Amino acid sequence: MYKKIRVLVGKPGLDGHDRGAKVVAAALRDAGMEVVYTGLHQTCESIVEAAVQEDVDIIGLSILSGAHMTIFSRILKLLKAKKAIDILVIGGGIIPDDDMKRLQRMGVRKLFGPGTPTSEIVDWIKANAGKSKKRPAKKTRRTRRAPKKSTK
Amino acid sequence: MKREEWDKKLGTCKERNFEFTTVSGLPTKVVYTPDDITGFEHDRDLGYPGEFPYVRGVYTNMYRGRLWTMRQFSGFGTPRDTNKRYKYLLKHGQTGLSVAFDFPTLYGRDSDDSFSRGEVGKCGVAVDSLRDMEILFSGIPLDRISTSMTINPPAAMLLAMYIAVGEKQGVPPRVLTGTIQNDMLKEYQAQKTWIYPPKPSMRIITDILKYCSEKVPRWNTISISGYHIREAGSTALQELAFTLKNGFTYVEHGMAAGLPVDKFAPRLSFFFNAHLDFFEEIAKYRAARRIWAHMMREKFNAQDPRSFLMRFHTQTAGCTLTAQQPENNIMRTAYQALSAVLGGTQSLHTNSMDETYALPTEKAVKIALRTQQLLAYETGVAHTIDPLGGSYYVEALTNELEKGANEYFEKIDRLGGVIPAIEKGFFQKEISRSAYKYQKALEKHDKYHVGVNIFEEEEKPGIEILKIPPEVERYQIRQLRKLRKERNNRRVKEALGLLRKAARDGGNLMPRILDCVREYTTLGEMCSTLKEEFDVYHEPIIF
Repeated sequence: MYKKIRVLVGKPGLDGHDRGAKVVAAALRDAGMEVVYTGLHQTCESIVEAAVQEDVDIIGLSILSGAHMTIFSRILKLLKAKKAIDILVIGGGIIPDDDMKRLQRMGVRKLFGPGTPTSEIVDWIKANAGKSKKRPAKKTRRTRRAPKKSTK
Repeated sequence: MKREEWDKKLGTCKERNFEFTTVSGLPTKVVYTPDDITGFEHDRDLGYPGEFPYVRGVYTNMYRGRLWTMRQFSGFGTPRDTNKRYKYLLKHGQTGLSVAFDFPTLYGRDSDDSFSRGEVGKCGVAVDSLRDMEILFSGIPLDRISTSMTINPPAAMLLAMYIAVGEKQGVPPRVLTGTIQNDMLKEYQAQKTWIYPPKPSMRIITDILKYCSEKVPRWNTISISGYHIREAGSTALQELAFTLKNGFTYVEHGMAAGLPVDKFAPRLSFFFNAHLDFFEEIAKYRAARRIWAHMMREKFNAQDPRSFLMRFHTQTAGCTLTAQQPENNIMRTAYQALSAVLGGTQSLHTNSMDETYALPTEKAVKIALRTQQLLAYETGVAHTIDPLGGSYYVEALTNELEKGANEYFEKIDRLGGVIPAIEKGFFQKEISRSAYKYQKALEKHDKYHVGVNIFEEEEKPGIEILKIPPEVERYQIRQLRKLRKERNNRRVKEALGLLRKAARDGGNLMPRILDCVREYTTLGEMCSTLKEEFDVYHEPIIF
């Protein structure tokens, strides 16, 4: 049965630059995917929680604050703890080349730099989503509500 | 030749297959003539520089008297790292300072807050308390330099720290010059660094207006900013309209709080983006000056001509920089800087070529500063005022932007004003839609970006990148913990108690914040106290 690709677009940490995340979220939606956009200022915990609950195929994180090394490694660790490593982690933002290589070695599947056409992101997701899914597919939820904000 | 004949001739010319619109999508004619500015009256519509309606510039002799302030937005790592960078920039001819704080500071959180993990010193300098501010400005005489601070929800605290550093240097507050951004409305709309909901945020802002009009009279109390609205994806017209409407909203709130308009309006300043479309940007600055002057005089009944002046800082557009072929950013920035100067800016930041990767290296920032110096000292563009005034195109575009802005003002009024429009997500939707539309235009090649969708190359850029090591965070946390042990914690507690009381009772927060600061209360402690009283903001999620 045809199932829509489900993507969580997340803005972790304090970074308020949401232009890229919103443009990508809109492009993925227009490409026929189910998009959950978290909104700003999410903790890594709330992003992983939402990703598992929403049964997404992909987590896409946008980070322009320079905190990418800390945040991606935390997300990967939390996914592992939740036994949800079949959710692919991708991202974009202001990330120097060296850091991109380190992050990819760590397990981030794909990073898209500034200037990437949204069509390239759509194509990559279509080619890769769902391939490593091991968990039984849950019933697709219709909700697009963002996870509850956790602000200290 | 008659126009009809020329039009006929034009009709026989082959045109490139391209949509000729400004970067914001306004149609551009092949040529502009007196027909495009019918009814134009020099004295009424332009006036002389330094005279109503200030289209040509806010000062009588503009750059002949004094060049614009060259002010590079700068900050990274520890206060000591940034202090070193400031001294480097001043040594190379920079004429004003502009502080970039890291994300924890921007959100009023301490370096050891769990939310600060990985962010300390990363995209700006970490400031937790007065002690950090003392290091940041050590060896920099505050009576001889003006400082701009990009700080919003905790603006009052950072201003208080600056005042306290001045006190320690023997510089009284009435002498201090500089700017705090302190523009919360555009935070909810675009930049998204907020703590409290709009109502208490506006109260803090009016407290600052009141306090500064008495005690720090040369300080620019709000830098009403279009920059971030544009960076978030708006068009030039939206930037112009939303920024000015925010400005009017601050004036209304100041007046509603009992301040006479001429007491605070002369200290309001503006901050615009210098984007890709050269003439559109120049027209935007010119239109902004005319709209502001008219509204201040006619709607708010200001009497002091200083209240009519729309003085502004400009930064070249970060969102137009490309990671591809990064050296091209030098040229891109130069054209943008030229538009700001031709548009009559009072101060300017030029972006560095490497900023799509990281904060700039010394070499990159020096080239950016030299770009301004070259404009000022080599090109002759600062010799005469508003050299494009009277251009059929620039005047027509100035009029068109003014008209478009007025339409937006009416639309926002119909929504109940700026704050209700924020709560309805109006600005957020407008900006997101423009951003998405522009991205689609790039992908369809209706708009070009060199190195991104035209003249692309395979090469990987090999430019040098500034790295902020993780030790910065550890060092900053160590220093903070040391400070908490060394200071008089009883007095910190008392000062925080009085701050809380003022928050509840409605007294001006500024003197209480200053007392907290003097006791080395941390930024996070002050902001948490106010958070408990004022609550936190949650935005409507829209994409």
